Amino acid sequence: MPEVDLATTPLRELNAALHRLKPDTNERHWVVDNPAGKHAVAAGLDAPVTVEINGSVGYYCAGMNKLATVVVHGSAGTGVAENMMSGFVHVTGDASQSAGATGRGGLLRIDGNAASRCGISMKGIDIVVRGSVGHMSAFMAQAGSLVVFGDAGDALGDSIYEARLFVRGAVASLGADCIEKPMKDEHKAALHALFAQAGLDGSIDPSEFRRYGSARKLYNFHVDHAGAY
Amino acid sequence: MCGIVGLFLKDPALEPELGRLTAAMLATMSDRGPDSAGFAVYGSGGSDTAKFTLRGKSAALVAAAVERIKAAFKGVTAIHHDTHVVVGIPAGEADGFVAWLAEEAPEIDLVGRGHRMELYKEVGAPAKVAERFGLAAMGGTHAIGHTRMATESAVTTDGAHPYSTGTDQCLVHNGSLSNHNNLRRILRREGFDFETENDTEVAAAYLSWKMREGMSLGEALKGSLSDVDGFYTFVVGTENGFGVLRDGIACKPAVMAETDRYVAFGSEYRALAVLPDIGKARVWEPEPSTVYFWER
Repeated sequence: MPEVDLATTPLRELNAALHRLKPDTNERHWVVDNPAGKHAVAAGLDAPVTVEINGSVGYYCAGMNKLATVVVHGSAGTGVAENMMSGFVHVTGDASQSAGATGRGGLLRIDGNAASRCGISMKGIDIVVRGSVGHMSAFMAQAGSLVVFGDAGDALGDSIYEARLFVRGAVASLGADCIEKPMKDEHKAALHALFAQAGLDGSIDPSEFRRYGSARKLYNFHVDHAGAY
Repeated sequence: MCGIVGLFLKDPALEPELGRLTAAMLATMSDRGPDSAGFAVYGSGGSDTAKFTLRGKSAALVAAAVERIKAAFKGVTAIHHDTHVVVGIPAGEADGFVAWLAEEAPEIDLVGRGHRMELYKEVGAPAKVAERFGLAAMGGTHAIGHTRMATESAVTTDGAHPYSTGTDQCLVHNGSLSNHNNLRRILRREGFDFETENDTEVAAAYLSWKMREGMSLGEALKGSLSDVDGFYTFVVGTENGFGVLRDGIACKPAVMAETDRYVAFGSEYRALAVLPDIGKARVWEPEPSTVYFWER
């Protein structure tokens, strides 16, 4: 099990070593100590390995992640798991703004709060936040699910496309073209499956959540708006 | 960009370490602001002595001015730090001294005034600026610092932060203001003078103006949410502590940490990572449009 201490090993050396890993590597479990808020720790991974980071990280941790599992035992700065393609990223503390931004796949789990713009322009990623999210979360969200155990800040889902939003607590305000939708059995089943995938099976009842999504009036051409073009 | 750091000590045993910790925090923010740096340190002082931070083009020019100050006023103390000097004057003579300085020593800039605040800023890499002024050896109760990446105006000493906003008060800023030209015009009509084209100088004058009109610092900061357009994280130093405000969009980063021994602010967590027992601290991100204060 490779252990890398970022107090003594340059960050580029760690990331280069992680980037060299082949899909069939035997070095499948990495431990990183003393990240001290450095940026881009374990970004750009493309192998089915697990990287455990002991401490808080800076910007873009696990950005562009593919196949890998990255666990941050601490908090994460701006853009954790941004543009993630697949795999699993787990932050045990809080995440700063733009967590999971533009993510295309995989699962991001945040045990604390996420700040503003969580899931901005998400394109297929699933994001589970056990705390609350800040303003402008899921702005222009296209696909995937954002699940919030706590509250959501102002303008949730502004200009949303087809992403699904589930919030258990209060929503400060909904953004343009974002509306509440009925929580059907299929949505409860989907949440149940997502919680199982996130390792949160049985800890929370999917029926406690409310669902929000697009009214589909903003991005579809509407003949009444023809004069505006 | 730009980087901000702030450290407010709860534990008096840490006070001799204030400068060393602030210097370490400031150095981590060099990537965010390599052009220039500045800091305000709240050290010793009392109400019977007015404390002025003066700055000149060279240490020799400052030394010559201090000789003239000593000849003109009684009971003057002077502690030199490179191009800056901290001058102590009996409180009763403070206003007379300010008038004298403008008249008799126009080559010297008055950068800060109060009873406890000392304010230093220069062009150059943050670690070098901190070293020039001997920040690591300074003690005190709290400090704020700034590393600048210029966007709105030239890289000059006057363009560096902090900006004084009043007695024992100063402001640092990360962001950029879009209505500073208009605000500057309004503030000129209100009698404020401006040394630079810098947007932060306008924000500092705005706060001074609102407080002159009777607002508290907290109210003045709240007022800036509607009157100051642009994006910003402001940190203000006061005689007793510091305050933090982020605009409503909050795209400029801010992280806070609190332990039994201190409260700290950093533009990034990296700045906080150098502090003692940071692993055990409560770390969080300040909310947008919310004024925070830590004061003793």
